[in-house]
Amino acid sequence: MNFDFSDELKQLRDEARRFLTDRCPPAIPRRILESDEPYDRALWQSIAEMGWTGAAIPEEYGGVGLGRLAVCVIAEELGFHVAPVPFASSVYLATEALLLYGSEAQKQAYLPKLATGELIGTFALAERAGTADPRKLTATVSGGTLTTVKLAVPDGDIADFVVVAVNGGTGPWLYLVDLHGAGVAKEVVTTIDPTRSHAKLSFTAAAAEPLAGATGPESVHRLLDFAAVPMAFEQVGGAQAALEMANLYAKERYAFGRPIGSFQGIKHKLSDMYIQVELARSNAYYGAWAVHTEAAELPIAASVARISACEAGWFVTKENIQTHGGMGFTWQMDCHLYYRRAKLLALTLGGAREWKLRLIAELRNRNTEDLQAA
Amino acid sequence: MDFEDTAEEAAFRAKARAFLDANAERRKPGAVEGYRRGQDVPGAMERAKDFQRRKFAAGFVGIHWPTEWGGQGGTQIQNVIYNQEEAKYDVLTGLFGIGIGLAMPTICTWGTLEQRETFVAKTMRADYVWCQLFSEPGGGSDLAALRTRAEKAGDGWVVNGQKIWNSGAHYSDYGILVARTDPDAVKHAGLSFFILDMKAPGIEIRPIRQVSGSSHFNEVFFTNVRIPDTRRVGPVGAGWKVALTTLMNERHGMRDAPGPDFNELFSLARQVELEDGLAIDNAAVQEKLAEFYVRSQGLKFTKFRGMTALSRGQTPGPESSIIKVVAANKLQDILSYGLDLIGMAGPTMGDSMPVSGIFEEALLYSPALRLAGGTDEIMKNIIAERVLGLPQDPRVDKGVPWRDVPTGPRATGAKQ
Repeated sequence: MNFDFSDELKQLRDEARRFLTDRCPPAIPRRILESDEPYDRALWQSIAEMGWTGAAIPEEYGGVGLGRLAVCVIAEELGFHVAPVPFASSVYLATEALLLYGSEAQKQAYLPKLATGELIGTFALAERAGTADPRKLTATVSGGTLTTVKLAVPDGDIADFVVVAVNGGTGPWLYLVDLHGAGVAKEVVTTIDPTRSHAKLSFTAAAAEPLAGATGPESVHRLLDFAAVPMAFEQVGGAQAALEMANLYAKERYAFGRPIGSFQGIKHKLSDMYIQVELARSNAYYGAWAVHTEAAELPIAASVARISACEAGWFVTKENIQTHGGMGFTWQMDCHLYYRRAKLLALTLGGAREWKLRLIAELRNRNTEDLQAA
Repeated sequence: MDFEDTAEEAAFRAKARAFLDANAERRKPGAVEGYRRGQDVPGAMERAKDFQRRKFAAGFVGIHWPTEWGGQGGTQIQNVIYNQEEAKYDVLTGLFGIGIGLAMPTICTWGTLEQRETFVAKTMRADYVWCQLFSEPGGGSDLAALRTRAEKAGDGWVVNGQKIWNSGAHYSDYGILVARTDPDAVKHAGLSFFILDMKAPGIEIRPIRQVSGSSHFNEVFFTNVRIPDTRRVGPVGAGWKVALTTLMNERHGMRDAPGPDFNELFSLARQVELEDGLAIDNAAVQEKLAEFYVRSQGLKFTKFRGMTALSRGQTPGPESSIIKVVAANKLQDILSYGLDLIGMAGPTMGDSMPVSGIFEEALLYSPALRLAGGTDEIMKNIIAERVLGLPQDPRVDKGVPWRDVPTGPRATGAKQ
């Protein structure tokens, strides 16, 4: 049994933790929250210089070639530090889409610049409220151009290009669109978490280049599966930070002459928070194994990691506020940074509800005895 | 990152399988391990002892114990691997759990060489069956509040008092007993630990009828029961520390809650008709199923993380402390939801029901799993204090002689 990260990856995680502790204390996301800056450009630059943006990109395309497990350990630390950078959009989604479905020419053109952080990519799917089911998309590409509106695209205002999901019929379901090109309008939208910028993207006969490998709606789900795993690590990181914040406060804050952490009402709450974080972490590890090995169980492992991380993120960040009492509801305390981010991340790839239905659909397609043996 | 055995682990697993194939029947596919299921069947004890003797002869008892205890000198991970394999076979080994899992490690850690020589080998080969005499009506979660007295008399001790929740006391040869030897000391300091011959005069054992209707536990009453001083384990007054060794082994060995899990609920949902068709086709049911699956998997992979630590020769991290509390609550939630799906026909017990009545059976034993070996509340205190480092509750029993600690109107047995 070797269900853990290697020493090299643990070292990478420790380096990431040290770097972000220094460069991304809570004052950094707070500055983005309180200003019009869409993200921390200097932090993004440093992250790229350290090779994190190219972690999963093979060396032949200018990356570091550490693989997807490296992205998972970095993601956990970015989540812990509520980093205000377009890492998820550019790395888990845009880079992954090119790795999975790009032609050789597309990989040559995009991946080296994604690795250096020179290009920022993102992903657009949702067209309306409700389940973002690829099969229900109305956007289509005809004559090489796209006309549609995509809602709440993370980093849509700052990204250089976007991977757009469309109803591709028998053709490709994912296209690349240059966000600096003609026929693209970006409208910055306010979200529950302004530490990460979002935009509504309107395309009017915008030039769209197919990702030829992305055939059928399953290809969109597959991209989401690959993205859900590092996202789960990012969510677990945020939940861990909120748990530590609550734990520290429970030791330092006195009421009725004793630390509030000596009351079982608070102790048991913190134990429940710890339990949620550990279950989510264990499930995220399963996801990491599945993306690393590209296992047939990936849709199941990704769903499990995703659902568990969404539940933990919500529970822990809201109970962190509760542990802080009235102070937790103030702008000045950092509790709301974790709370906002947790719910944002729980929506970004589609809510837990739709992942639950998808999980059961996947389990019904399989022999559960085989799964138990995994 | 993978789920594979190392070459040495794979070889050990193959050896364990070969032994089990030759000496036991595999569980039928889909069979669910109940809580102490099969223990009451006539002849169960003889069959269990017979298997235990063959297991001992083959070197699968005390796998990870040091050789000076009489163990095999193997690793923790080998012990886990053997137990994983054994769980796939229809064998009753729970009867020996207290002797082998709790009493022997405690005696070998704290006892005399003579005690080790008298008890270890015979316990390993099922000559001696053990029970645990710790809890009392007034001392459960607060074990150190116990009142059973052991008073010095000549070259031995005389015990008076009462214990409760003693699994298997009625068929045990020996018991491990914690008793109060000094009521004037502060409560944790006034205890001592003994090995008690369960056939000694003055012991009365009464079965306790549980919610499930069966009786696996007992109350045990002591009236002037004599124990020679050679059967004391550890120094006089060190009983709490010795008992902690037992409790740590109990928690370390904590397993999943036996009973229906996700697969059984999934199977049930594929059989049961609701308003609009099969339960499995209902979106609300699917959401619940997914939540249970995620909890089951979370537990499974948390255990895998612990096994990985063992496999690397490390101690499992604190994440292992969550298993019991999550597993027992998940079981109750699955049972309640499964029975809800069965609906009006749900109360019926027995094999005629979907998934063979195991939901109904487990419903009645499941409350025990949230109590035995540390209640949910105690487990959460342990997580809060030992893992998260939160302070203890202020206590009124600290630094006070035991006889002055307040007790409520429900306390039984007068303090002396």
